[in-house]
Amino acid sequence: MAQEYRVLLEHADKINPESAADYVKVGGYKGLEKARSMNPKDLTEEVKKSGLRGRGGAGFNAGMKWSFVPQYPETKYVVCNFDEGEPGTYKDRIICQKNAQALLEGMAICGHAIGSNNGYIYCRGEYPFVVEMLKKAIGNAKESGALGEFNIEVRMGAGAYVCGEETALIESIEGHRGEPRFKPPFPGVEGLWRMPTVVNNVETFACLPYILTNGADWFAGIGAKSYPGTKVLTLTGDIENPTYFEVPTDYLLRDVIYELGGGVKGGKKLKAVQVGGTSGAFIPPQNIDTPIDFDSMSAIGAALGSGAVFVMDESRDIVDTINRIAKFFEHESCGQCTPCREGTHRCKEIMEKINTGRGTLKDIENLKVLARVMQKASLCGLGQAAPIPITSTLEHFEYEYLRKLM
Amino acid sequence: MANYMDIIASCKDKPGGIIEAFHAIQKEYNYIPEEALREAARAFKVSEAQAFGVATFYSYLSVKKRGKYIIRMCESAPCHVAGADEVLKALEANLGIKAGETTEDGKFTLELTECVGQCQATPVVTINSEPVFNVKPEMVPGLLAGYK
Repeated sequence: MAQEYRVLLEHADKINPESAADYVKVGGYKGLEKARSMNPKDLTEEVKKSGLRGRGGAGFNAGMKWSFVPQYPETKYVVCNFDEGEPGTYKDRIICQKNAQALLEGMAICGHAIGSNNGYIYCRGEYPFVVEMLKKAIGNAKESGALGEFNIEVRMGAGAYVCGEETALIESIEGHRGEPRFKPPFPGVEGLWRMPTVVNNVETFACLPYILTNGADWFAGIGAKSYPGTKVLTLTGDIENPTYFEVPTDYLLRDVIYELGGGVKGGKKLKAVQVGGTSGAFIPPQNIDTPIDFDSMSAIGAALGSGAVFVMDESRDIVDTINRIAKFFEHESCGQCTPCREGTHRCKEIMEKINTGRGTLKDIENLKVLARVMQKASLCGLGQAAPIPITSTLEHFEYEYLRKLM
Repeated sequence: MANYMDIIASCKDKPGGIIEAFHAIQKEYNYIPEEALREAARAFKVSEAQAFGVATFYSYLSVKKRGKYIIRMCESAPCHVAGADEVLKALEANLGIKAGETTEDGKFTLELTECVGQCQATPVVTINSEPVFNVKPEMVPGLLAGYK
């Protein structure tokens, strides 16, 4: 089964993403029509039943997330998280550039389910050209009448990785520093401007039209049972085909690398693969016969995350790569909570020491303790996930560290 | 060049629009001049300290004067293993500045950045947000010559 299975990207490059009419020609906006013929409660149940789980990394059941939104407040918000900042990830950009109308339709479907006509897309600052395209796509969809009363505004981020965390993203839309909030209350109850807010990833929203059009059972039957549907992956690093693919979620990591990816570049041997972006675990070759779905990845101590697949060949220096990653987290920590601010700084300091041949066994012990503190005590996912590349490589590639010690 | 007063006025009615205003100001000036920051604080009814706090939180906003062309070199892991360090050295050598600095003629500013989401063709450099793909050190002189 070394085939792609395209749902979101089926009509990629064959339709103009800005044009609602093009999208309607390939069956677009039928899902929204169906959603609007249902009562909001049944709609939420249908999405729950499809088993759709968040595609941004956390993997939470989307319908369940919506069901936390109270009915009574008049103002509620639908927010699309398009702040993809995990290094090696560009799948949300691809989904927008190939099928932007599906995202808009998905947001309007969510709007009907929670009773909101206010949508925001928070797009990362690195994609000003996608922001322009999305504005045109929204204008076109509004003009065609496809979105009805549902409005969408695009806001641009400004290069802060932490804004991918949903409460930091909300703070940023409000015009503040992107510092995560304490949870609870969760955004479903108290989000944008303290009103109930659903925040979902681009890919999550873009799945909805297809779920409504083809039915929850159809979606639930694709890929892995506990994380059904397809997943858009982006391949980077030492790989023959560094590009994007859409696969069913029970697709094996081995096939991602050796079938779709065309194998390790230059016929070299695989040393490690990091799935889910820079905060993901490093997976050794003996573990690649694992499906990419959320739970299978968790079972081997890794994470599907954003769906980035970063391949490293046998010649790569793991410690040097981890040193680079530690520098990333030090730069991107927002500085609000101490375990993350200090922890990411010390991780980088120790990694630099080891990488330049000045480290000792005591440094490795300290790294392990520091990782535990950060994972347990950081306020948001950034600080909690930052040590994962370190701990996973200490588990599988400890010899690479040991040979660099003093 | 559009006046920053007009730019800020055009964003004023957007709730939380101070970041949008900063983006629009930067589009004209390449950075946020101090008087524009003060005016934005007034328009959005926050203290100057808060406005400054926002402007300095985000790595794409700058309160320091920058050149006409802002070159950003991606340092994230996929670009790192593809040879970003060598490209950075070539950029620094050709421009005669270090990362974070602006050339004397005010033409180029060189910055380091994390992932810009173009990892299909690493290493990646962006020049005024336009990505340049598969950059090699020997391409740098020709690339820079294209910007007048």
